[in-house]
Amino acid sequence: MIMHPLAHLGPSVAAAFLASLVEFVEALTVVLAVAVTRGWQPALIGTGLGLALLLLLVALLGPALALVPLHALQLVVGTLLLLFGLRWLRKAILRAAGVIPLHDESAAFASETAALGATGARQRWDLVGIATSFKIVVLEGLEVVFIVIAVGAAGGLLLPASLGAAAALIVVVALGALLHRPLTQVPENTLKLVVGVLLSAFGAFWAGEGIGIAWPGADWAALGLVAGFAATAALGIAACRPGVPAEARARGG
Amino acid sequence: MRSLAAALKEIAGLFVDDGSLVLMVLGWLGLSAALAHFAPACWDGVVLFLGLAALLVENARRASRRR
Repeated sequence: MIMHPLAHLGPSVAAAFLASLVEFVEALTVVLAVAVTRGWQPALIGTGLGLALLLLLVALLGPALALVPLHALQLVVGTLLLLFGLRWLRKAILRAAGVIPLHDESAAFASETAALGATGARQRWDLVGIATSFKIVVLEGLEVVFIVIAVGAAGGLLLPASLGAAAALIVVVALGALLHRPLTQVPENTLKLVVGVLLSAFGAFWAGEGIGIAWPGADWAALGLVAGFAATAALGIAACRPGVPAEARARGG
Repeated sequence: MRSLAAALKEIAGLFVDDGSLVLMVLGWLGLSAALAHFAPACWDGVVLFLGLAALLVENARRASRRR
C-alpha cells in the first residue's frame, strides 16, 4: 500500500510528543519529590535503572516487531492503541465535564513528598528513594514506549515518533533542571484530551485496516477520524456535564 | 510472584479502565470485521467510527450518572 506520509507524519509525531510530554511531566513530579525528601542520589540512581530497563525492552521488542506481518501488526497494535486512546479520552471527557477532579501536579507532588518523608530514615543506599523513582520511570516510560511503537510501527514511522518522544524528554528534563519544581503550568488535562483524540483516531484507523476495512480517502481518512473523535469528545463533555437545575435555566443561569 | 502480578495488573490498567467499554469495543470491532468481510462497502469505516463514538459517549454518560 502506498503511504501518504503527510497524512500520518504530523499527527504521529504530535501524538508521540504530546503523550510523552504528559508522561514525562508526571514522572518528573515523583522524581523531584524523591530528590527533595531523600536526596538527588537515589532519585538519579532509580531514574537511571528505570531508563536502562526501558532501553533493554526497546532493544528486545524493536527487532521482534520487524518479524510480525504488517496486517497482524496493524490489527493487534491498532486494537491496543484504540483501547488505550479511548481510556484516555473517556477520562479526559469526565474531567472536562467536572465529573472527576482534574489532575493536579502540585497535589501529586505534595502527597508524594509527605509519603516519602514519613518512611524510615535514610541509609547509605536509600532503597525506598531508588525504588520510588525506578517505579515511576518504568511505569510512565512503558506508556511512552507503547505509544511510540503503536503510532510509529504500524505506519512505518517509528523514527519520527521516537524523535517526537525524545524531544518531549529533552523539554521536560531541561525545564525540570531549570525550575527544580513540578511543571504545574503545563496544561496536562487539555493535553490528555488532545492525545486521547489522536490515539483513538490512529487506533481506529489501524484496527480498521487490520480487519480489512477500505477507508474512504485511504490514509487521509486518519485525519477525518481525528476530526470525528474531537467532535465526539465535545459531544461527550456536553452529555456528561452535571445537569443545570430547571429554575436556573428558567432564570437564564 | 506478587510483584509480577502487580506489574501485570499495572500493564492491563493501561488499556482497561471500564471493562464493559473494552468488551463493547472489541465486540464492535468483531461485527465491523464481519461486515467488511461479507458485505464490503465504502461506508464500513464510517460504521466502525460511528459505533465507537456512540459507545464512548454512552459509557462516559453512564459513568457520570453513577458519580
